[in-house]
Amino acid sequence: MTVGLLVVSHSRLLAEGVVELAAQMAPGVALVAAGGTDDGGIGTSFDLVVAGLAEADGGDGVVVLCDLGSAVMTAETAIEVADAPERIRIADAPIAEGAVAAAVAAAHGATLDEVVAAAGTARGGAAAEAPAAGAPVGPSGTRDAGEAGEARLDVELANPHGLHARPTAELVRTAASFDARTTVNGVDATSMLRVLGLGLHQGATASFVSTGPQATEAIAAIEALAAEGFGEGA
Amino acid sequence: MSGLGGGLDGAWARRWAEAIAEGVADRKAELTALDRAIGDGDHGENLDRGFQAVLGKLESLEEGATPGAVLKLVATTLISTVGGASGPLYGTAFLKASVAAGERESLDAAALVEVLTAARDGIVARGKAELGDKTMVDAWTPAVDAAAAAGDDVEAVLDAAASAAEAGAAATEPLIAHKGRASYLGERAQGHRDPGSESTALMLRAAAAVA
Repeated sequence: MTVGLLVVSHSRLLAEGVVELAAQMAPGVALVAAGGTDDGGIGTSFDLVVAGLAEADGGDGVVVLCDLGSAVMTAETAIEVADAPERIRIADAPIAEGAVAAAVAAAHGATLDEVVAAAGTARGGAAAEAPAAGAPVGPSGTRDAGEAGEARLDVELANPHGLHARPTAELVRTAASFDARTTVNGVDATSMLRVLGLGLHQGATASFVSTGPQATEAIAAIEALAAEGFGEGA
Repeated sequence: MSGLGGGLDGAWARRWAEAIAEGVADRKAELTALDRAIGDGDHGENLDRGFQAVLGKLESLEEGATPGAVLKLVATTLISTVGGASGPLYGTAFLKASVAAGERESLDAAALVEVLTAARDGIVARGKAELGDKTMVDAWTPAVDAAAAAGDDVEAVLDAAASAAEAGAAATEPLIAHKGRASYLGERAQGHRDPGSESTALMLRAAAAVA
């Protein structure tokens, strides 16, 4: 089983559309839409959310993605009456990008906490993606040298399954904890979705480049994390 | 404590729910107009759907049900049927109120203040709004404060709560919203009364009218 996802929207079409989008990237993950009122109007339905939580939960828990504030309130109220509220989390993330990031993580076997973290990496939208997308990237995929406050690190991945969901979640948490912009092979190292999208397998080289006030500290922390196999042992 | 004769029983709670249903039905268009100005324009319809459902459920509630049992029925019905933000908010309010009422056969002034306070606390916990955010909390909190200061007579407690809620609702007009759909409007929300604060005033006035 994997962690399941419930998409709660005021609109039935929106919830179903987000599920359709996320499903394309995450076969095998229980993705459930709870959109609209009981009669298909605009609003959220307590009963649909309660039923959706049960349907999405295969035993490993459910991450809930919501569109607007009152969808969060309906979800919170539903969780209070759920059989196993301890394994339901509401992600603080934009509904579409958050659902995709969470679904990809769930499909890779991530735990409930890791799926919530993955959804959270979608927060900030275009602004959060800007550092990676707008960085001066050379043909080899590494940043042009010479920028002040820049640090670099190349690591050959020892992890048997490469940078899959769990080690990626560790990397994303570490990269995000410094005042620095860090990329791995040209993509934002704080975006779970983008790092997973690299598909880095065992033996591949991960090239980290960090800029900003804490660039050196960020690279040092990533080096230490890599030495521990990104949380999977050396 | 007011003892026999001075308390509010289950029949009062039932009359209260019926009076809210009647008031919401009468003022559905007005509540929706307030919401259309600064929200998504469904407050009156949503509450009306919820309280009409409450009326249906009340028919099957046993005679002699306690105030807590009536309040709980209102809560679960609103949560399931309202569909907008007011469903989980008022649903939580009535649910916390029913827990505070407990198994009591009737509510004296002190118990009534506990019930109103629990309802307000439930709304604050659910919506995470503070006083001055231009929400129903701006009606509930003055109402609870006034109720606590109104003395030992239940009718006086409810009348004070209703008057304070009405004043609180009116006082939301110049505010900028910090919660809910109206928060997207910024200064454009100024000059409009918050619909949730108005429906709160309606509910508390109904409670006083049938006491």
